[in-house]
Amino acid sequence: MTDTPVLEMRHVDKSFGPIDVLHDISLKIRAGQVLCLLGDNGAGKSTLIKTLSGVHQPTRGEMLLDGKPVSFANPKAAQEMGIATVHQFGGTYPLMSVGRNFFAGAEPTIGFGPFKFFDRVTANRIAVEQLHKMGITRITDGDRIVGGLSGGERQSLAIARAVYFGARVLILDEPTAALGVKQAAHVLRIVNEAKRRGLAVVFITHQVMHAMAVGDDFAVLIRGKVAASFAKGEKTREEIADLMAGGESMAELEADINAQEEAA
Amino acid sequence: MAKTTSNEKQSQGGFSILSLFRRPEAGAAAGFILIFLFFSIFGWEKNFLTALGSSTWLNFASKVGIIAIPVGFLMIAGELDISIGALIPAGGIVMALAVGIYDMNVWVACGLSLAVAAGIGFINGWLVTRTNVPSLIVTLATLFVIAGLNAYLSKQIAGTTQHSMPDVGPVSEYLLGDYHNLIFTSGDREMVIFRSLQSSFFIWIVFAVVCFYVLHLSPWGNWIFAMGGDQESARNAGIPTRRLKIALFMLSAMAAALVGMSEAVLANTASTTTQFGMIFNTIICVVVGGVLLTGGFGTVTGTVFGTLTFGIVFQGINFTTFDKDLNLLFIGVLLLVAVLMNDTFRNLATSASTTKKK
Repeated sequence: MTDTPVLEMRHVDKSFGPIDVLHDISLKIRAGQVLCLLGDNGAGKSTLIKTLSGVHQPTRGEMLLDGKPVSFANPKAAQEMGIATVHQFGGTYPLMSVGRNFFAGAEPTIGFGPFKFFDRVTANRIAVEQLHKMGITRITDGDRIVGGLSGGERQSLAIARAVYFGARVLILDEPTAALGVKQAAHVLRIVNEAKRRGLAVVFITHQVMHAMAVGDDFAVLIRGKVAASFAKGEKTREEIADLMAGGESMAELEADINAQEEAA
Repeated sequence: MAKTTSNEKQSQGGFSILSLFRRPEAGAAAGFILIFLFFSIFGWEKNFLTALGSSTWLNFASKVGIIAIPVGFLMIAGELDISIGALIPAGGIVMALAVGIYDMNVWVACGLSLAVAAGIGFINGWLVTRTNVPSLIVTLATLFVIAGLNAYLSKQIAGTTQHSMPDVGPVSEYLLGDYHNLIFTSGDREMVIFRSLQSSFFIWIVFAVVCFYVLHLSPWGNWIFAMGGDQESARNAGIPTRRLKIALFMLSAMAAALVGMSEAVLANTASTTTQFGMIFNTIICVVVGGVLLTGGFGTVTGTVFGTLTFGIVFQGINFTTFDKDLNLLFIGVLLLVAVLMNDTFRNLATSASTTKKK
């Protein structure tokens, strides 16, 4: 595998009018690796994702796709270049079947001329196959309504869909935030599977445990800046948590709270 | 989507009553059967079940039904269209003026009327997609604008608000607005299949079949559901949400104009009176038919059943000994019961759409 990152940000700034949101962000996203973006609420994670996925354009700095400068006019353009974003519950329609969800906007059809029929059988078969490949074996019927699936399964469906439609970079926006422990583990396995298939994954989270489980590279975002970036194994969980809290040590915080409780 | 669910299940694990109930149109169908039986019993002596009696409510239902289906599409897509109340008379007036004043061929006039309606529908859709103003407000505004134009232009051009519509020839009458009978006679015995059914009833059936194809069999139906389920995701998935929504507004406007034309040809007159009642009628039919008010869910079959139910309740009271003043009360109760039932059926559909695998 070459060393050129699939997607790279070089000294990217983003401001909305007078308000600076991102300062001097440089990131490298490599194929077959998971880059974890960590940060507290308001650290600029959403803006960063939106810049990566073409919703916003950088104010300064450049973005490179396969080493060549690139700019995305809109999310569609980014998608066509293989950058897929999966939001927390985005991309799934609760009252539609698994097969219909999977192919929304790209339906397989049979028939001729203007008489096109949605090919339900093929859609269901492929959807279930892809889900099984991703390790979701509980779903065997493509006619199942997505609203009846668990949060993790819905998340997995969205990821499987992005992979199937040729994504090279997978941006996962807080995929585990609203999930229980088991469900989160499920999604993390899928992230690993995507990585194993050679996708470049950007994994946004504020749960250090989840990041540690799948991440190869880490970047901690504080107030729009990359406060620290490091590779797997270079920092312990406590150190990362402290970084995210803005340098304030969690241990100190705990001691403070304990002291208060004793005093009371 | 739903139709197939139960087929699959039957092939997997034999026939199950529960799977039948899980079909989204089950509620509407059950409601229709109950209401039909009820009025068949209480309307027996006043000929509810005869061919002529059935035509009374089928004719009424067909006009509501032609508009209710595209209004249902819009509701699935998360929008409403109430401007249809003024588009019904507009459709009739444009045709009557084109034929009566400008001596146009009836089919040219028909095309013109549809084109005018399509234009108004386009404006509705364009305003809704560009401004993000709720479609209720946008179409409320266009409802009054068109109602005003109906009256003003009628007076300016023809000097009246009641246009007489000349006879448009047997073939056009036959297709657009006439009474149809199908009676087999052998000797002095006769078997009546139907009597005095209006053309609009047959238009409704054909239209419903086409719409069923669009919503449930074609890929576009998938887009409509996706758009109503989550518009943002649908757009991200590459579905042209704006164009699709505008097309749906155009469809409902044209359907309304078609009903207006059918009425004008049948009665040989077109009036500017805005049909406010039809606005509520179509929405009731769609909701009774199981379409989710918040979008993302619904069926054409359900809407058809909802319309039939509504037609019976609206007209059927004349066949019973109940006081006619209770009519609206019945409809209100029907709507409430339907909404509650739909909720239950929908929960069944999402909670366990297939047999649990353990």
